[in-house]
Amino acid sequence: VSANLEAATAPARATAMDWRGRDVVSIRDFGRAEIDAFLDLAERFVPAATGQKRNTSLEGRILATLFYEPSTRTRLSFEAAMHRLGGSVIGFSDPGMTSGKKGETLADTVRVADRLADALVLRHPKEGSSRLAAEYAEHPVINAGDGAGEHPTQTLLDLFTIKQECRRIDGLTIVLVGDLKFGRTVHSLVSALAHYSVKIVLVSPPSLQLPDEVAAEARERGATLEAATDLEAVLPEADVLYVTRIQQERFADPEEYRKVAGSYRVTNALLARARRDLIVMHPLPRVDEIHPEVDASPHARYFDQSGNGLPVRMALLAALLGGKP
Amino acid sequence: MIELKVQPIKNGTVIDHIAAGQALQVMRILGLPAEGSHSIVSIGMNLPSEKMGQKDVVKIEDRELDPREVNKISLIAPSATISIIRNYQIAKKSVVQLPKEITALARCENLSCITNARSEPVQSRHVIMQRDPPRLQCAYCGREVRDVAASLVPA
Repeated sequence: VSANLEAATAPARATAMDWRGRDVVSIRDFGRAEIDAFLDLAERFVPAATGQKRNTSLEGRILATLFYEPSTRTRLSFEAAMHRLGGSVIGFSDPGMTSGKKGETLADTVRVADRLADALVLRHPKEGSSRLAAEYAEHPVINAGDGAGEHPTQTLLDLFTIKQECRRIDGLTIVLVGDLKFGRTVHSLVSALAHYSVKIVLVSPPSLQLPDEVAAEARERGATLEAATDLEAVLPEADVLYVTRIQQERFADPEEYRKVAGSYRVTNALLARARRDLIVMHPLPRVDEIHPEVDASPHARYFDQSGNGLPVRMALLAALLGGKP
Repeated sequence: MIELKVQPIKNGTVIDHIAAGQALQVMRILGLPAEGSHSIVSIGMNLPSEKMGQKDVVKIEDRELDPREVNKISLIAPSATISIIRNYQIAKKSVVQLPKEITALARCENLSCITNARSEPVQSRHVIMQRDPPRLQCAYCGREVRDVAASLVPA
């Protein structure tokens, strides 16, 4: 019976994971079955990501990283992923050194890089830039952040971390705290979590609430969203606490900033109210919204989360370019 | 029958069943009155309508709207009917119909959107989320247009 079941479900999974040549522009382009299949695949890349296993399935392939904005984690993670798969990387991380400075359009730079590499990773300040790049490139384009827009691999690694740490996503209570208005990671995460039966609790100052359209989209998909302002009150029921940075430049009054930022600061004293198995996540970089003392607590997962970018991006590159775990 | 208080036209286009008050928006996106043109354009506003209670009507002499212009009208007057008139007779009558996607008809309101970067070879493109009232979403940055009428590119 189990063999029959496997035969019946295998084609669905195979279709869900046929990502070869695909562009990865927005997490909204991916359905639940695709995300689930991808998270399974990413897990199979963990041994190669940690160096326990050698993987050369993308040997001879080239990844171009076009970074028009500074990035440390994302760029290093993509580069490490490509190297761990036996491939190589070309690109730039300082647009001042490129012909973009001479007035070359993104569309032109993309067409040039497309003729040199097998896949392109793009970070660019303009929203929608990856969609445009994907129209001009024959090879897959991966969006590594387009302004305040999308950052789909961050969402995939967030989901991967939740699933790895909690062993499931359905049934969890996930508290998102901080700047929910401007943070693109939060918008994409809410959109993706809406595929699952989760309770999402949104904790933010009134001026930094999740935009209505993001909330409406999630609710349309059946997500349960609750808004709160008191982190301490909602913490005891949380399985995941996802913290984001509150940027000072969002406030006209520095005093107001200090008050707001202080009220959402995660400390060991605050976490004493939490469940023992609560995990604390943060897309990084962190400033002072999580006290360094929390790093050593059993709740802290933000560095593991960042590290999960490696198996996730390896799985993604492999899926797009025909590599194997 | 309700008799319109404007003259019939010999050749041209009649845009009927425009929501009351929207006629001037229709004029704007069609670039009317056209500079240098002496053809008659008649506007009826707040005319009684059995179907709509009140409606606006625009009659344009000597001009037949092309499909692109019809698409544009459908974005501010989704219930409009368009009649092409030849020699006082209705040669063609159609209800406006929004396509699934529109290109280069509306501007993205998001100034940080790549479609607003002058140097890039890109035309705006919007996905129609809803017909009536029209809701548009930028196909590039995903931003929903808040003021559809104001976002339309004038002729």
